[in-house]
Amino acid sequence: MNGSKLTAAKYLGHKRLVQSGVLLLVGLIYVVGCYLLKFDTIQGALSIPKAFSWLAINFMPTHESMSYLPQILNKLFETVLMAIASVVVAAVIAIFFAILGSKVTGINKFMQILVRGIASFFRNIPLVAWAMILLFSFKQSNFTGFLALLLMTIGFLIRAFMEIIEDEAGEAMLALKATGASYFQVIFQAVIPQIIPSLISWILYMIENNVRDATLVGILTGTGIGFIFDLYYKSFRFDAAGITVLSIIVVVIILETLSNQIRKVIL
Amino acid sequence: MLEVKHLAKSYQKDKPALTDINFKIDPGNFVAIIGPSGAGKTTILRSLNQLIKDDAGEILLDGEDIRSANKSELRKLRRQIGMIFQNYNLVERLTVLENVLHGRLGYKSTLAGVMGRYTEDEKREALDLLDKVGLSEFALQRCSELSGGQKQRVGIARALIQHPKVILCDEPIASLDLASSQVVMKMLKDLIQELNIICIANLHQIDLAKEHADQIIGIRHGKMVFNDVADKLDQAAITELYGTAVEEKEPA
Ligand SMILES: Nc1ncnc2c1ncn2[C@@H]1O[C@H](COP(=O)(O)OP(=O)(O)O)[C@@H](O)[C@H]1O
Ligand SMILES: [Mg+2]
Repeated sequence: MNGSKLTAAKYLGHKRLVQSGVLLLVGLIYVVGCYLLKFDTIQGALSIPKAFSWLAINFMPTHESMSYLPQILNKLFETVLMAIASVVVAAVIAIFFAILGSKVTGINKFMQILVRGIASFFRNIPLVAWAMILLFSFKQSNFTGFLALLLMTIGFLIRAFMEIIEDEAGEAMLALKATGASYFQVIFQAVIPQIIPSLISWILYMIENNVRDATLVGILTGTGIGFIFDLYYKSFRFDAAGITVLSIIVVVIILETLSNQIRKVIL
Repeated sequence: MLEVKHLAKSYQKDKPALTDINFKIDPGNFVAIIGPSGAGKTTILRSLNQLIKDDAGEILLDGEDIRSANKSELRKLRRQIGMIFQNYNLVERLTVLENVLHGRLGYKSTLAGVMGRYTEDEKREALDLLDKVGLSEFALQRCSELSGGQKQRVGIARALIQHPKVILCDEPIASLDLASSQVVMKMLKDLIQELNIICIANLHQIDLAKEHADQIIGIRHGKMVFNDVADKLDQAAITELYGTAVEEKEPA
C-alpha cells in the first residue's frame, strides 16, 4: 500500500520534470529559430495590426463588388458539390477497406497491415502535393481536384472508420458471432447498424473540411471558387477577392450549423 | 448433457490460463462459476462456444465435440448455445424486436440474415418471448432507450429464441443494481427449469451464486479447486478459493 503511494508521488514528480523539460526545449527552439531566421519577435508582433488594417481597407467589399456575387455563388456551388461528391465516394470505398482492415472485422493480419499502410500513405501526402502530382495526368480540370480530395479523404476515413469499428462494434459483433451468425450477417446486422451514427458524423465533418480544402485545390487546378479567388487577387480586384472569402466563410458556417443539426437528430 | 474434459488454454507460453478443467452438467441445472478476477472464468465460458480457441481437451454437447467441429458444424453447434454478456452486447441502434430476432441468424441463409428477413413464425415467437421477459410494450423501441435490467432481459430473449441447450452468462448482473440483479437471476433460474436447459454463469457475488445455483465450480489460477452442489460451499472452501483476504485485494 505504502509502496504504491510512494511510486505514485515519484511518478507525478517525474511527469512534472518531463513537462518542464519539454517547455524549456520548445522555448529554446523558438529563440534559436528566431535568431537563425533573423525574425524579430517584437517587430513581427507590431506589424500585425498594420497588416490587418491593410486587409480591412483593401479587401472590404464595396457596393460595386456585389456585381461579382452571381459568378461567385455559381463557383461556390460547384465547389461544395465537388466536396460532397468526393466525401460520398470516399466513404463508400473507405467503409469497405475499414471492414477488411480493422482489428475486429479484419480477415487476417496481412490485410490489416496492408490497409493501415494504404490509409496512412493516402493521408500523409499533403493535399497540395496530391493535386500537383495529379495535374500531370489530368491537367487543369474539376476531375483533378475531385481526385486529389478523394484520395486524401479515403486515407482519413479508412483510419477513422477502423477506429470506430474497433471501439463501437466489438461487443455486438461478439454476441452475434456467438449465436452462430455468419461473417456477412455479423457485418450487416451488428457492425454497420452499430457504427452508422459515428460514420455519418465523420462524413459531415469531412464535407465541411473538404469545402475549405477544395478552395485551396481550386487555386492549383484552376477550378471552382479557388480559381476565381486567385483570378480576382492576381488582377488586383481585392474587393471581389474579399467578397469571395466572405462567401466561403458564410457557406462553411452554414454547413457546420446544418451538420450539427443533423448530428443532434441522429445521435 | 455438457461434458468438459481436460480443457487447457494458455495465451502466452508457460503462463497457463486454464489447466485440466473437468466437469459435467445435466439439463435443467444452473451452474455458477466463481473465483477471483483473472482466475480464468471468461476463458472457460468462451471456450465452450469456441469464441476462444483453447489448446487441448474435449467439450462434448450431447456427445458432439465442439472443438473438432468444422466451420459449418461450429455454426450449428453455436446456435444451440446462447450467450449473455455483462455489457448486454446488443446492437443499441436497432429495436428490441430486431435484437431478439438476431438469435435466429444461425438458422438462416446468409442472404436472408444479411437482409434481416425473418419468417412470421420467428416474429411471433420473438414477441412471445418479449412478453415472457416482461418487455412486450418495448418491442419497437430502440435498445439504447432501455435501462440496464431491461437490456439484459432483451439479451435473455435473444438467447432463448436460439432454442438453446445451453446458456452461457459472463457476469450477467455485474453492471446491474441489486433489484434488477434479483429479477434477472430469478428469471434465468425459472426459465432454465421450465425449458430444461443448462445455464452456466460466471458470478462474482458468492451469496447470489449460493442462492440461485444448483452446482458451483470454483476456479483459482486457472485450476478447478471446487466442484459440488451449492450447499457444500462453506467458509473453508471460500477461503481456499479466494486465498487470504489481504492477498487478493488490490491496492486502492
Ligand atoms: N486475450 C488475452 N490475451 C492474453 N491474456 C489473456 C487474454 N484474456 C485473458 N487473459 C489472461 O488469462 C487469465 C484469465 O482471464 P479471464 O478468463 O478473463 O479471467 P476471469 O474471467 O476469471 O476474470 C488472466 O490472467 C488474463 O490476464
Ligand atoms: Mg471475466
